[in-house]
Amino acid sequence: MANDVWVYIEHKDGGISPMSFELLGIGKQLADGFGSNVCAFVIGDKVDDLAKEAFAYGASKVFAVEGDVFKGFRGEAYAKAASFLMEKYKPEAALFRGTSQGVDVSAAAAANLGFGLCTDSIGLAIDGGKLKMTRAAFGGNYSVSVVNEKAIPQIATVRPKAFAMPVKDASQNGEVIKESFSLAEADLNTKVLEFIQSEVAVNLIEADIIVSGGRGVGEDGFKVLNDFAKMLGGALGASRAAVDSGWIPYEHQVGQTGKTVKPKIYIACGISGAIQHLAGMRTSDCIVAINKDPDAPIFKNASFGIVGDFKEVVPKLIEKFKTKLNK
Amino acid sequence: MKIAVCLKQVPDTEAEIKWDISKGALSREGMDSITNPFDEFALEEAILTKENYDGEIVAITMGPDKAADVLRNALALTVDTVYQLTDPAFAGSDTFATASVLAAAIKKIGDIDVVFCGKQSTDGSTGVIGAELAAILGYSQLTYVSKIRQIDAAAKKIIVERSIEGGNEVIEAKLPAVVSVIKGINEPRLPNLMGIRKAGKVEIPKWNAGDLGVDVGKVGAAGSSTKVVEIAVPPPRGAGEILKGEVDDIVNTLTDKLIDLKVIK
Repeated sequence: MANDVWVYIEHKDGGISPMSFELLGIGKQLADGFGSNVCAFVIGDKVDDLAKEAFAYGASKVFAVEGDVFKGFRGEAYAKAASFLMEKYKPEAALFRGTSQGVDVSAAAAANLGFGLCTDSIGLAIDGGKLKMTRAAFGGNYSVSVVNEKAIPQIATVRPKAFAMPVKDASQNGEVIKESFSLAEADLNTKVLEFIQSEVAVNLIEADIIVSGGRGVGEDGFKVLNDFAKMLGGALGASRAAVDSGWIPYEHQVGQTGKTVKPKIYIACGISGAIQHLAGMRTSDCIVAINKDPDAPIFKNASFGIVGDFKEVVPKLIEKFKTKLNK
Repeated sequence: MKIAVCLKQVPDTEAEIKWDISKGALSREGMDSITNPFDEFALEEAILTKENYDGEIVAITMGPDKAADVLRNALALTVDTVYQLTDPAFAGSDTFATASVLAAAIKKIGDIDVVFCGKQSTDGSTGVIGAELAAILGYSQLTYVSKIRQIDAAAKKIIVERSIEGGNEVIEAKLPAVVSVIKGINEPRLPNLMGIRKAGKVEIPKWNAGDLGVDVGKVGAAGSSTKVVEIAVPPPRGAGEILKGEVDDIVNTLTDKLIDLKVIK
């Protein structure tokens, strides 16, 4: 229907990850506001399992494009299928996760339709019958709200973890609408040759817990922080200063020139809290700061602060957690 | 090989940013400007590509008069040709309008094999221009690129690695392609004094909407469908609790508080 809210279901080779369905929660809230339905849309070589899961997370309908040419993610191919679906059904809004896949598909699909989009939304509301998308700007010192007046649909990418996961109910079911849309292999520009799995899985965007180190940590310090992160079941982050010093690779960098994250717990060790770093982690649910300098700006943004040397504090934290959690 | 590189002028990342809330725009007065840090990697990759495969580099930027500085910097680094896309009608363009102007310039230059751009800017931080540009031009869309493995201009082929969640994807694509690069793909070089001096004297060629054949009704604030409706200063996060006392006590308190959040298993 014309004012439905659509949620793009991203996946890697058909694999099901709960996070792919997280936007069905906020999507449902918005659809209730519009008096419409939240629908999922999915593109792939086999979509039935993903569709089934989408119903369990609250989708009332699933729109799909299925075909061999969509085996394995390709931005251009998926974007063409996505813009085909959106143009045909003209939903009010379409939400994508702010991951590499979500950005690739949404940006190209919006361009195919001749519109811009709003990226990295952390607030979504209905204002005057249109979707109002709010994002942080300049280190979170400002928030900017945007309405995409003429766009049908209004397309937004959403910061992962910005909204609560929907509750799963496996008994829910619905209608899958499969559209015949295909692309000739010869007309596609790209071909995936292989995927090289990272030796250390760095998935800061999806992590619930991040332990991060800065200028005050040093190369050896990162080994301690890595142990800490592993023990907590979290990921290892870093400030730009630490990456630029060569202590840790770029894929760990959090901040204005790195990744934007929103974990449930962010533990900043030896990070002063420059605005460029805060830009990437300020919306974390709980921030713990450990720093020797009592005047470090990070303390102004921390839920809990410890003025002290991480070299002394972190090993004690590791021991204490092990005892309390029986690890 | 003909290489294009898109550069953007942004406020210095070290500078304190001030918004003019009533105008809904940046107050750029007295603010230092730099080349977007991600675009420096794009520029360096363009130069490396020229060195490795031969060819010529055309650098473009879209922005007001002052944005010519980023092109002078590029000229100092041996870029062959530059164009500044500048027109009062461009002001306030959203991402799609911006990508449309850049695409018009790339078409006007003609015969481009590879367009390099940075993954995102440090001011708008939307990170979508590369993908939009590829979609508008119908070029291969290669985003988050961390390595160029090979370019074969004669066979119209490029192989790159993309750094995405969980690992690196190796992609073969047809040329022409838009390649948006991440930080760390290379070490950007600095211009030497002689280069800077020479570049300082060059007249920067400018293209306006008319030169580019761009419909002014479709760009700028008027032509952009995304409109800023509100700029606000969010309530401060608020400083939390500084835990005081002996280290062992602090550690005991903090571990309790964090375990209570029921996130750590």
